[in-house]
Amino acid sequence: MKLTGAQILMEILKEEGVDTIFGFPGGAVIDIYDELIKTDIRHILVRHEQGAVHAADGYARAGDKVGVCLVTSGPGATNTVTGIASAYMDSIPMVILTGQVPTQLIGNDAFQEVDIVGITRPCTKHNYLVPSAEAFPRIIKEAFYLARSGRPGPVLIDIPKDVGKAVIDYKPIKEVQLKSYNPTYEPNMKQLRKVVDLVEASQRPVIFAGGGVILSGAAAELTQFARNVRIPVTTSLMGLGNFPGTDPLWLGMLGMHGTYRANMSTGACDLLLAIGVRFDDRVTGKTDAFAAQAKIVHIDIDPTSIRKNIPVTIPIVGDCKISLQHLNQLIEQTDLTDIEKKRQSWLDQIEEWKNTKPLAYKQEDTLKPQFVVEKLYELTKGEAIITTEVGQNQMWAAQYYHFDRPNHFITSGGLGCMGFGLPAAIGAQMACPDKLVIDIAGDGSIQMNIQEMATAVQSGLPVKVVILNNAYLGMVRQWQELFYEKRYACTGMDCAPDFVKLAEAYGALGLRATKPQDVEAVLKEGLAASGPVIMDFKVDREESVYPMVPAGAPITEMLLV
Amino acid sequence: MEEKKHTMTMLVDNQPGVLSRVSGLFSGKGFNIESLCTAPTMDPKVSRITIVTKANPPVIEQVEKQLRKLINVIKLRDMTGARAVKREMALICVKARPDLRAEILRIVDIFRCKVIDVGTEHYIIEVTGDEGKLKALINLLKPMGIKKIARSGSLALYREPK
Ligand SMILES: Cc1ncc(C[n+]2csc(CCOP(=O)(O)OP(=O)(O)O)c2C)c(N)n1
Ligand SMILES: [Mg+2]
Repeated sequence: MKLTGAQILMEILKEEGVDTIFGFPGGAVIDIYDELIKTDIRHILVRHEQGAVHAADGYARAGDKVGVCLVTSGPGATNTVTGIASAYMDSIPMVILTGQVPTQLIGNDAFQEVDIVGITRPCTKHNYLVPSAEAFPRIIKEAFYLARSGRPGPVLIDIPKDVGKAVIDYKPIKEVQLKSYNPTYEPNMKQLRKVVDLVEASQRPVIFAGGGVILSGAAAELTQFARNVRIPVTTSLMGLGNFPGTDPLWLGMLGMHGTYRANMSTGACDLLLAIGVRFDDRVTGKTDAFAAQAKIVHIDIDPTSIRKNIPVTIPIVGDCKISLQHLNQLIEQTDLTDIEKKRQSWLDQIEEWKNTKPLAYKQEDTLKPQFVVEKLYELTKGEAIITTEVGQNQMWAAQYYHFDRPNHFITSGGLGCMGFGLPAAIGAQMACPDKLVIDIAGDGSIQMNIQEMATAVQSGLPVKVVILNNAYLGMVRQWQELFYEKRYACTGMDCAPDFVKLAEAYGALGLRATKPQDVEAVLKEGLAASGPVIMDFKVDREESVYPMVPAGAPITEMLLV
Repeated sequence: MEEKKHTMTMLVDNQPGVLSRVSGLFSGKGFNIESLCTAPTMDPKVSRITIVTKANPPVIEQVEKQLRKLINVIKLRDMTGARAVKREMALICVKARPDLRAEILRIVDIFRCKVIDVGTEHYIIEVTGDEGKLKALINLLKPMGIKKIARSGSLALYREPK
């Protein structure tokens, strides 16, 4: 079959099940766009390429497909870098297609030429500069295979303009094999049996589950395991939704802004089952003091995650889902009649921590951001997909919205990238058209990709933005308050747009609440609206996120309300 | 924990950009490189990279895992220890005053190296050997005045079963 490079790309995209692309056109990809409009793949025209990448990220996380973006060379490509870095840190399966100047001009400082393969080398799982039209089909297939297999991640393909135009003889590629890439899915059974022994022997076990469990689709297996062996569960920010937030065994999130009981039980546990985590410093605090009394089991598909930050007793390389399935089988064959009794004193201790130091904020007359999130949780019955920006808003969303299922909390975890939430919500809404998708935002972050409101309006995506508007770069202000004697250097957002008028200017609905009494009505009206909405909540300006572990301190040393 | 020198060799895809993936990993993660050599193998699609690095055991474990994670790294082996042979080549330009010329040649003879360029003021000596041999030779030549030195970095191969 004689096809152009651009036509081959379309063929393979369809083969890979791609039905949505987030992108922004330009000269280097004009041939690809010219083919794209002939297919039934839906293209979401963003307003900034960073938005395209975050949207593809949200799309991948809310659904079960690889997120795909298409952008032009030079500035189009460089605008994707932050989004790619965020997806890389959070291991999100994505393929980023960038245009490149024609092959014969590469290296000439041609118009809109940039070495995007060089720039993104450290923040992609892998990347390619397509050397010839003949190599293109194999590269596209490999890119999708790499993006979604093993530890997922973003893969970039840089496509010189002439590759899109060139006509070659195309034969579909059935199977992709890479001799140098062979992820280990099957865990070592001997090691897993040792885990079962430890589970039986332990007095004070804790499960710590992360984003890897969500990525491998193992939340159900994790929940079954935890309930069967009666082990309380905490998660990282990326792991929220792995275990029902309403279950009695739920400890809340772990780490810098984790709950008192999650941090204390990790400090006191004698066995920590760490599954699909990478022990980020925001989770561990001072590493020497982290779970210092515990034997640590670490299950992860990426060998580099194991023993990178924390020494472990039992390392297990393998897929979280397969490992948990094996564990569940092994547990079935184990006599657990006494387990309830055995766990009781440990669970009592945790209950006491929960009751004496619950997640809480000062009840005052002012409008509290936490109250807005609580109300949102209540009104949506915990069923919405929540995306977040970064800062206090992100932490309050994590603390006060409770997630009963995976893939419903979508946040820039590893990179902590402001401007993530709105485009991610757009992507999530594309993946789940029937779901309520809400970006819990800060007044600072929302301005980083506010232009995507136009994307939401144009594409008819009814995303809801809840701004916890403290007129501060609140999380930085909080650090300045606590550790810099209240010197609020450059964190006041004294000039901001009127978000209600701004929403209207984009053709969306804008609403505002300034008093606690208004919150419910505004949320009800906003959530019921059929199109995109910005809700501006003028919250208590100097509210802080608690508990807080100062950076580098042991996580059991928390500042509390 | 004690830092130790490790020699690692890896087979990689012989493609543009692969070397920069490997070296970029070292700089990006803060690992150190003492020397690095690369050249094609018998299979034109595959190159061999040899890297000497110095680190404590947990860091070495990370270096190896991270290298294996690179999609273009086909195989990696730690060549540290006696089960591999290691050789390095150096070209040493040494000042050759008339009164020292004989002494230099004697050293060249003892170390079984070669003089490959002769001038009124200098010799260029080619030497191949393990790290210890090069070090010893350089120490002996230093007092004569080493003008320039070019070293290849270490190469290594595992010994085949006898
Ligand atoms: C792109 C980017 N720049 C800077 C930061 C550093 N930073 C972290 S939180 C924060 C404040 C965010 O302010 P806002 O969106 O208003 O959220 P708040 O903390 O007030 O809820 C800043 C500046 C960041 N995370 N990302
Ligand atoms: Mg703010």
